[in-house]
Amino acid sequence: MIKKDLVIIGGGSAGMAAAVGAFDAGITDLLIIERSPFLGGILNQCIHNGFGLAEFKEELTGPEFAGRFIKQVEARKIPFVLNSTVTGLTKEKVVTYTNDKEGVVQVEAKAIIMATGCYERSAGAIGIPGERPAGILTAGQAQLFLNEYGYLCGHRIFILGSGDIGLIMARRLTLEGAKVLGVAEIMPWSNGLNRNLVQCLYDFNIPLYLSHTVSKVVGHGRLERIEISQVDEKMQAIPGTEQSFDVDTLILSIGLVPNNDLLNSIGVPTSRSRGAIVNENFETQLEGVFSCGNVLHVHDLVDNVVSEAREAGKAAAAFINGKLPSEGKQIDVVPGDGVGYVVPSKLTLKGNVENYLFKFRVKKPSKNVYIDYKVDGKVVKSVFKPVIIPSEMEIQPIAKKLLENAQISIEVSLRQKEV
Amino acid sequence: MAVTELICINCPRGCHLKVDENLNVTGNFCPRGAAYGKQEVTNPVRTVTSTVRIDCANLPLCPVKTVKATPKGKMFDIMASIDKVKLVAPVHVGDVVIKDVCGTGVDVVACRDMEKIR
Repeated sequence: MIKKDLVIIGGGSAGMAAAVGAFDAGITDLLIIERSPFLGGILNQCIHNGFGLAEFKEELTGPEFAGRFIKQVEARKIPFVLNSTVTGLTKEKVVTYTNDKEGVVQVEAKAIIMATGCYERSAGAIGIPGERPAGILTAGQAQLFLNEYGYLCGHRIFILGSGDIGLIMARRLTLEGAKVLGVAEIMPWSNGLNRNLVQCLYDFNIPLYLSHTVSKVVGHGRLERIEISQVDEKMQAIPGTEQSFDVDTLILSIGLVPNNDLLNSIGVPTSRSRGAIVNENFETQLEGVFSCGNVLHVHDLVDNVVSEAREAGKAAAAFINGKLPSEGKQIDVVPGDGVGYVVPSKLTLKGNVENYLFKFRVKKPSKNVYIDYKVDGKVVKSVFKPVIIPSEMEIQPIAKKLLENAQISIEVSLRQKEV
Repeated sequence: MAVTELICINCPRGCHLKVDENLNVTGNFCPRGAAYGKQEVTNPVRTVTSTVRIDCANLPLCPVKTVKATPKGKMFDIMASIDKVKLVAPVHVGDVVIKDVCGTGVDVVACRDMEKIR
């Protein structure tokens, strides 16, 4: 069995940034394990621009952003294996991976960083009524086929879900000659950024159907037609509102879920984000195992992924060097009214820091609200927000001195401003 | 009087802007909205990103972009120009793929390092 100080599972933006963070904190005996033939993860297929404004102070495409981190990994000679799938993980921190050159390899690590990203919800997750023809695929699949391999997935296309990937694919497919007939969103609001609504839909006169979902798919062999219906408050299709579209392809952009199967397989507790429960050091409830990036909670900006992952890398380095505050009491951080989840979901309140970064998402769009931070039920800080929406992650630094007397829990909740 | 209606893209508030023919912007919450409204009506621009075919690399496509935003009305012309190009590896980030695409004065450049594999 090979021994390593640190194993990083995943060579995308989070894995590379975590490796760089750990290396720069003195950990040179490390290994990145990447499933695909390239470092860079999902960025390689995200050929649109808009990445890197925070990290590099310029607007880059996905491959350019990935390329910069690949160079950082290469400059440090950080070892990595490609085409390698992790098939197992134990509580004793033994990682098993396999590839076609080495066969099955076991690595015993002092620390592990999970950086396995997220996966897309697929057709099976929502149970669309009707037949099961070819031509129904996720936005990420369509993006991979088109942007890395040059295959256009269809000619007449409808998109379900208004997340940013779906909107970006609406533009991309249109520019490549396909006809995108519309985008349906089950919620009464769009889940994409305004910028993407304008530049990906309105620029090309692609209609957006809010409070609509696909209520039927028809096709023998290949998809031939779909029906969409308006939905009521309970998100049930309203009979009589059906509209029919002749399409050969239905693209799904219906949400992302942390790809946390490895930790789930050994019973590491998860939070409301569907990623692991972590403390301020990104350490899970299994000592020495860390989680960061989209496997922890789904981000909307890669800039936030890499800054989070670097911190996780530094924390893993501190753990390996025996300098991370050891186990002890941890205070729960819980989402209150209107808040979907909060990262971190535990705080040790040890260590020498001024601020903790709280990251969370709200459940629905709201105007004129206060974000209340409560320690054992008492508000210690309120932040006013004129607008807050679920598709943008909130990130707020909260001073440690406001929180350090917590005995039971810290809560983040929304409160409507009185008018 | 021709009034253009727009949604501001600068922040999640998404102000509904109205721009009249004298370029007066209303409906904006902040000055960024006014600037955006004027720009969108007088000279809307977009960065175009796409891919070009490449030989001798480990993938059949190389991602590319216009270095600067180009006039919105030229997006499909630029796509047609990009479609005609074929590269041969090696190609590196920033290599010019098309100089002065469609007379915009803007170059199309490669976005990914792609080494020669055969």
